[in-house]
Amino acid sequence: MTDRGGASHPVVELTRARLREFLREPEAVFWVFVFPILLAFALGIAFRTKVDPPVYVAVEQAAGADRLLDTLRSSPGIDARLLPPARVDVALRNGDVQLVVKPGTPPVYRYDPSRAESRLARLAVDEALQAAAGRRDAWRARSEQVILPGSRYIDWLIPGLLGMNIMGTGLWGIGFTIVQARTKKLLKRLIATPMVRSQYLLAHLLARLVFLGLEVAALMIFAWLAFKVPMRGSLVAFLAIALLGALSFGGLGLLLASRARTIEAVSGLMNFAMLPMWVLSGVFFSSANFPAVIQPFIRALPLTALNDGLRAVMLDGLPLVRLGPQIGVLALWGVVCFSVALKIFRWR
Amino acid sequence: MRCGYSRIARARSSRLWHNRFVASSAPIPPLAVRCTGLVKRYEGVVAVAGLDLAVRTGECFGLLGPNGAGKTTTVEILEGLLPPDAGDAEVLGMRWGHHERALRERLGIQLQETQLNDKLTVEETIRLFRSFYRRGRSVEEVLQLVGLEVKRTSWVGKLSGGQRQRLAVACALVNQPDLLFLDEPTTGLDPQSRRQLWGLLERFREQGGTILLTTHYMEEAEALCDRVAIIDQGRVIATGTPRELIATLGADHVVEFSVDGAVPADLMTALRALPGVRDVRASNGGVALVTAEVQEAVPALLGEVGRYHLHLSLLATHHATLEDVFVALTGRHLRDD
Repeated sequence: MTDRGGASHPVVELTRARLREFLREPEAVFWVFVFPILLAFALGIAFRTKVDPPVYVAVEQAAGADRLLDTLRSSPGIDARLLPPARVDVALRNGDVQLVVKPGTPPVYRYDPSRAESRLARLAVDEALQAAAGRRDAWRARSEQVILPGSRYIDWLIPGLLGMNIMGTGLWGIGFTIVQARTKKLLKRLIATPMVRSQYLLAHLLARLVFLGLEVAALMIFAWLAFKVPMRGSLVAFLAIALLGALSFGGLGLLLASRARTIEAVSGLMNFAMLPMWVLSGVFFSSANFPAVIQPFIRALPLTALNDGLRAVMLDGLPLVRLGPQIGVLALWGVVCFSVALKIFRWR
Repeated sequence: MRCGYSRIARARSSRLWHNRFVASSAPIPPLAVRCTGLVKRYEGVVAVAGLDLAVRTGECFGLLGPNGAGKTTTVEILEGLLPPDAGDAEVLGMRWGHHERALRERLGIQLQETQLNDKLTVEETIRLFRSFYRRGRSVEEVLQLVGLEVKRTSWVGKLSGGQRQRLAVACALVNQPDLLFLDEPTTGLDPQSRRQLWGLLERFREQGGTILLTTHYMEEAEALCDRVAIIDQGRVIATGTPRELIATLGADHVVEFSVDGAVPADLMTALRALPGVRDVRASNGGVALVTAEVQEAVPALLGEVGRYHLHLSLLATHHATLEDVFVALTGRHLRDD
């Protein structure tokens, strides 16, 4: 007969202890729940889609500038101003204007060709000036503008932020507490009881899952309320990918914390593990920007798999069966890390 | 190597699942702890150098020695937390590596440096530890036992040193252990907290429990322990009841004095010849006389000091203690402070 004197099963008690410990640490709560929302909000504002934003151009002060300025100002979609010659380069560099027109016959366009907006401004200005000079369009095309939720930057960004957050909380949440328990000799005290060691590690993963639910809900509800970010695929599939990601990073967190004796050591290890993924795994910009040779490496990273999986479900509405590679990568990382961590774990 | 040791132990303990009940209902052997020839080295430094111990069931046994004597290492070997490099240890008639789980169920352990989780309350901490054991006391009972009922909802981080130490003992008592290991249980506590903890341990003893504790406080060893082993440099240098050990000094009073300047060598010789004086030795910059008769030794001592025209700067007498035994055996003091 087992009574446990008013206590529940050790896995329940260990998980509860872990949850309490977390919720009683206000800083941790901020970083897990509030910070990603603030970040999504800031980025959402910065990259919000403007409907038909004008191009900003300057006309250099010289003979004939007034006439050019009148023409440009009367064209839709062009915001033109007059600038003295000494200030045009500064305005271009700072991005105050995207193009400078020097009066003359023909006029001269001064711009940085590596800026997409500048190339756009050149087309718009050229079209307006040519039309004013008497050029006739062969025809006028009809436009279909795609500004619907689901195709904006913020739609692409939210799943990436969620993936990044799952990585961060998985690693910090598990790694930090375990190393702290080790430095306080609490791990040693625990193994002096009949506690089953794998249950201790399991409780950390379970506690992670409780936080995960809250974490996903907080960010997704915010994204939906503030930006009307859509959910095209099934919510269950989305949560399943998030769960798998959390377990995978939980395993990685355990592995990184399995030997470290100090908080400094584990912090270093975690930053070392996370940094390449922040850059490469497509959180803020697409990983397609990196050269083809390193693409297989990028795709093998757990955060890439998680972000790709979340985006595929949320934005493309793909079912889980189409996400075999991502699920495989996440599961493999999780299983390998957890088993190695259990083997090499330092309890004292 | 350490990992391998405990893994094998765990695998075995799960196979011995049903033996546990047989083991725990078996009569407790007359010796709660027996070890012979324990050796433990750390990176070439010998911490325990062939140590033998026998702790009887129902007694409070103290390991007394200075810091670094090997007390903690010895206790951790007996607790199954460290594998010894050599030697044999039997705890409650069982062995680590064969009966790991069954032993853990019946031991209560308090470690020297453990910091329990600051963010959990007293009650939550006890409940967590209770959940690891199949049988034992109720959480409520343990709270009462250590007198922390009023602190049940306080965070561990907010407790005083004495309360924290009582909580550590509470965690060791949740399973109603047969044998309690305590490593420096009262180090750093004020006298009142120390006495409170002693009272708690005495109640445990009265209910038939066995205690093995380490300490470098001789008052603690004298107040609590039925028998004491004095440990120095990884070995037992004397074992017995506190009374027996003190009796080895040959007399039970110590007279200490110091003079301005150095004590002349022939004064030392003269002191040895005084009536009732059993031993004379330099101690803490002064001189200590072991004597059976204070009222004879002190006037004679004053006479000698006067004869040499020396000026006394200190004169004190006390009952001989385990500290004096340790000094007599090693020439050093238990504590540096």
